[in-house]
Amino acid sequence: MVPSLEGIPMFFRYLRRELSGRRKQTAIIAVAMALAIALVIIVNSLSSGVKGAQEQALSSVYGVGTDLTVTSEPAAPTEGGGGRQNFDFSEDDGTTDSDGTQSLSQTRLSTSRGAGTFDASALKTISGTEGVEAASAVLSLNNIEFSGEIPQRPDTSSGSTDSSGTAQGQQPPSGEGAAGGQAGGPGGNFDVNQMTVMGVDENASTVGPLSSVEVTDGRTLAASDAGKYNAVVDSSYATSEDIAVGDKVNLGGKDFTVVGLVKATGSEGETASNVFIPLVLAQTLSDSEDTISTVYVKAASSNDISALKTSLTEALPDQEINSQEDLASTVSGSLSTASNLVSSLGTWLSVAVLGVAFLLAILLTISGVSRRTREFGTLKAVGWRNGSIVKQVAGESLVQAIIGGVIGIAVGLLGIWIINMVGPTLTASASTGSGFGGGFGGGQGGPGGSGSGTGGEGGMPGAASTATSASDIVLNAPFTPMVMAIAAGIAIVGGLLAGLLGGWRAARLRPAEALRSVA
Amino acid sequence: MTDTSTVDLTEPAAQPAGPMFSLTDVKKTYQQKGRTVHALAGVTLEIPRGQLVAIQGSTGGGKTTLLQMLGALDRPTSGTVMLGGQEISKLGDSKLADVRAHQLGFVFQHYNLIPTLSAQENVEMGLAPLGLKPEERKQRAAEALASVGLADRGDHLPGELSGGQQQRVSIARALAKRPQVLLADEPTGNLDEATRDDIMGLFESLWREGLTIVMVTHDSAVARRAQRRLHISGGKLTEK
Ligand SMILES: Nc1ncnc2c1ncn2[C@@H]1O[C@H](COP(=O)(O)OP(=O)(O)OP(=O)(O)O)[C@@H](O)[C@H]1O
Ligand SMILES: [Mg+2]
Repeated sequence: MVPSLEGIPMFFRYLRRELSGRRKQTAIIAVAMALAIALVIIVNSLSSGVKGAQEQALSSVYGVGTDLTVTSEPAAPTEGGGGRQNFDFSEDDGTTDSDGTQSLSQTRLSTSRGAGTFDASALKTISGTEGVEAASAVLSLNNIEFSGEIPQRPDTSSGSTDSSGTAQGQQPPSGEGAAGGQAGGPGGNFDVNQMTVMGVDENASTVGPLSSVEVTDGRTLAASDAGKYNAVVDSSYATSEDIAVGDKVNLGGKDFTVVGLVKATGSEGETASNVFIPLVLAQTLSDSEDTISTVYVKAASSNDISALKTSLTEALPDQEINSQEDLASTVSGSLSTASNLVSSLGTWLSVAVLGVAFLLAILLTISGVSRRTREFGTLKAVGWRNGSIVKQVAGESLVQAIIGGVIGIAVGLLGIWIINMVGPTLTASASTGSGFGGGFGGGQGGPGGSGSGTGGEGGMPGAASTATSASDIVLNAPFTPMVMAIAAGIAIVGGLLAGLLGGWRAARLRPAEALRSVA
Repeated sequence: MTDTSTVDLTEPAAQPAGPMFSLTDVKKTYQQKGRTVHALAGVTLEIPRGQLVAIQGSTGGGKTTLLQMLGALDRPTSGTVMLGGQEISKLGDSKLADVRAHQLGFVFQHYNLIPTLSAQENVEMGLAPLGLKPEERKQRAAEALASVGLADRGDHLPGELSGGQQQRVSIARALAKRPQVLLADEPTGNLDEATRDDIMGLFESLWREGLTIVMVTHDSAVARRAQRRLHISGGKLTEK
């Protein structure tokens, strides 16, 4: 006795009876499809997660929407010993307490060591190149603040005026001293404080380091800021340094008013610099008129990036042109390992499993049809047309595949959920050594630094020309409707493929087989 | 079978004229391992409406092949096959399927029921190509099952029925479409004697109601109950 399937159309009744009557085959096909689909979903999701992490690592440095960057050819690394900086303190730089202790403070803005600069005329060349939608130049600088106290000394007190008296503060040659940032002079107490400053085109809204940032407080730089001593500060740097909108920061001896705080969009990473100021002021204050260190380029069409790269290389033979892809290759750390793993092993694994699942579905369907030779021969003998039989076979394997698809999506979702629950952390080091020199040197400092100092290890002038912007990125495997559609598509294609091949096989059976085939 | 809508030979006016089958010099050759097998070597045969015909012969003689020609399951290599005045020997696959769907009923030695479907559903599968309304299809299938004495077994799977009962379901599947002819290849070949007589009794009663029946049999006891006996050997047909 079988349960009645009263009221269900013949097609579905037959289909349902066949599938439940041949559970083993149904289960094998469904499980194979489910495995393949789950794997495709997980790999797909992981790869977009890794890609997202990579973009996040890059966008915090280069900004979203930058297709190409133009920098000077990488400069030969300068050795640590080369970086001596002199601070000339004059009388007006300090104040003298009642006890005779002199407080000194001076800031100096200079181009980042190792960050090559080039003539600003390159921007015109770039903007004039066909295929460039927007280009924006920046100048990466370092601001070093030296402050300290010199107790009044007997021998110096005897000197008449101190206008000629010079206190020489020496920068510690290596980065180690920077953590504390305290360089004790003879009996004195000095603080060295450094931050990265970027001169940006205040008009650039489509491309450039500020084009894609999120304003967390105040505002970003605008055209009206041209020539004004206004600055925008990276919000995590601002937090660590206790800077708020409306505060003043001294850069290159000038007080800038903080008009806004920004953070990298959708990322916990930092922006390209600690502080952003109008480009022209940056050039003037660092004595580097008409020089720039990087041009951010947005291509008119994302398809023409490699062509644009070629024409820019021709137009600017002395500059280095990098695409996001080139830059992506500079991302190192476990993120790049994950990326390689997902793109090679993951893709191949899912292609292989998919192939096996399809093959299994097709072979099992065809062998199922062969086993049912007499059944289909009989249906033909009683008047079934080929089309009806193909439809029946295709319907059966389609339903098998869809069952597999539903299970596969469920398993895939579970997999993604588990990945996101575990939340593996990937480290990404976007090496900016080749193209960007030390321009982003301070990138590492801010939030991670101990409270006492601001200069990160890599950021100290002369310490290294290859600066890296390292960040820990929690891998987030997204589940998009697109992945869902792909999974459903795979199930349908697999089912139809197996069904049509099996149906084609069934259609080729001669009706006379009904009288011949022994079972 | 008391269903009034089946072909009723007691009403001669309702009958189209002419024989049920008319075969002229029908040849069928198979290529088998480079060898040509003459399964039918020029068969000429006429079967009037309402006849109960038994085909006998040695194994490999061509009985099944002849039944395939009659049953529009295959096309002859040469010669013509007429069914009720229509030449079916040159029809395409779909046309042949339609002829089988509307005019012919098949009964097989191995019953050929679909194992996953109930008896009722198996019978309905035979009606599927007719495009009936679901209620009518169900009704007709139930009537056909009742006419072979299986009214209460409609929801049984073939595996839950005896051989004789399965053959009855197979006969019901053929009858439900109200065919002009019933073709059977060794319908009693797998049955014990009592069941065999049982099935033959069913055939005879159908025949008396006017159905044309052509059956292949090895069994002389079965053949003796036929109205006409044909013998085929080496592809050649002789009357007995
Ligand atoms: N599809 C085929 N391909 C090749 N040869 C075939 C095919 N079908 C039948 N034959 C051959 O045709 C001849 C007639 O076969 P057929 O099945 O009609 O004999 P039969 O009288 O039904 O035999 P049996 O009593 O064993 O059922 C045999 O020699 C058989 O081998
Ligand atoms: Mg035979």
